[in-house]
Amino acid sequence: MAGSLRALRRRIRSTQSTKKIFSAQELIAGARIVRAQNRVEASKPYAREITRVLSALAGAASLDHPLLTERTSARRVAVLVITSDRGFAGSYNVNVLRRTEELLGLLRQEGKEPLLYVIGRKGETYYRFRDRAVQDSWTGFSEQPGYADAQEVGRVLIDAFTAGADDDESGAGVDGIEGVDELHIVYTEFRSLLAQVPVANRMAPLVVEEVDEFRDEAPAGQGGTSDVPTSYDFEPSAEELLDALLPKYITTRIYAALLEAAASESASRRRAMKSASDNAEELAKNLARQANQARQAEITQEISEIVGGADALVTAGSDN
Amino acid sequence: MATLQVELVAVEKMIWSGEASMVITRTTEGELGVLPGHAPLLGELAPGGVVRIRRESGEDLVVAAHGGFLSVTERGVSILAETAELATDIDVERAREALRRAEAAGDDPEALAAARRAESRLRAAGQDV
Repeated sequence: MAGSLRALRRRIRSTQSTKKIFSAQELIAGARIVRAQNRVEASKPYAREITRVLSALAGAASLDHPLLTERTSARRVAVLVITSDRGFAGSYNVNVLRRTEELLGLLRQEGKEPLLYVIGRKGETYYRFRDRAVQDSWTGFSEQPGYADAQEVGRVLIDAFTAGADDDESGAGVDGIEGVDELHIVYTEFRSLLAQVPVANRMAPLVVEEVDEFRDEAPAGQGGTSDVPTSYDFEPSAEELLDALLPKYITTRIYAALLEAAASESASRRRAMKSASDNAEELAKNLARQANQARQAEITQEISEIVGGADALVTAGSDN
Repeated sequence: MATLQVELVAVEKMIWSGEASMVITRTTEGELGVLPGHAPLLGELAPGGVVRIRRESGEDLVVAAHGGFLSVTERGVSILAETAELATDIDVERAREALRRAEAAGDDPEALAAARRAESRLRAAGQDV
């Protein structure tokens, strides 16, 4: 009996100390969500402006830029997956990776060959464990991505995409590099603190979204002028501008996805850690009950042993 | 007097926004000054560029803007930059150091971009490059 009581007390202690770890993680994740959300907000003006400039350009330049034209026989397709570096984030990574598998299946059905580009240590491990080829991977910034990280990823992807422009059925084209014909991205969209949804988007060839929201944001009274499409002057020419702008636009999209993913990661982690620390508390409570029972049983047994012993002595004495 | 509504936006955050009487910068084509009522224009800023925003008070706000675009509409001017820094926030010593490092690194595209960035910061801080 004494042994089981000791074992129970030991388990209570260890449960309590893991609970401390969980609640610390929960607090950290909570602070990170706020920071990540602020960064998402801070990056919006640029995204809005660049979209506006791009829409203006799209109206003026001929849209035969390689990043805009659909390739007739898309063969190889790059898929960029954004996962986290650390675990302890509940179903966050599982959901992204499951969404990726769906996309890969779909692409294969269409007769395309998907190539994986992975961000985050968890994704990297997932594919390495399954012996799946990964073209390139980046780690170390999933929680606090910077624009430089997005630039690095963007450069690799855009290079691959540009190199794919002249590929044909037989393999690499005149440039001798086998590139890709489409770029897809899978990341977790941060809808709210409670809902983070893995989404898959095609980044290139891209469809210029004619975003009208900036018009709504125009101060009242000036709204009238922006309804008329502005005819711009271009310095340098519209085509050259488009050349310079489109890669940046793609990088911005990657950056935005990284920021959303970072916010989602922290939100998932906070939720996972919250339920883990709740469970730990519950467990500690149950264990404490068992320990109390065991202690009580021990005392009862001791008393009955003493009483029994005394009785025996009394009986032995009266015999003499 | 009419003013320009200027927005200076870097990728990671909005750097500055407000009223100005003139914006002076350089695109890949050449020097450019924008006054209120300027025709709509889209331009690519020259690498290692500096943007000068003349405020109504007459003071100049000088900004090192790298890898950016300029868009002039009826509503005002927006400057988009991959990195942008106000001249008052620039640490000259560090920029010089960055320039030296970038020049020593040879001529791969990344080092060249870093050198341009450092140059624009130095120029914005009023140093000779």
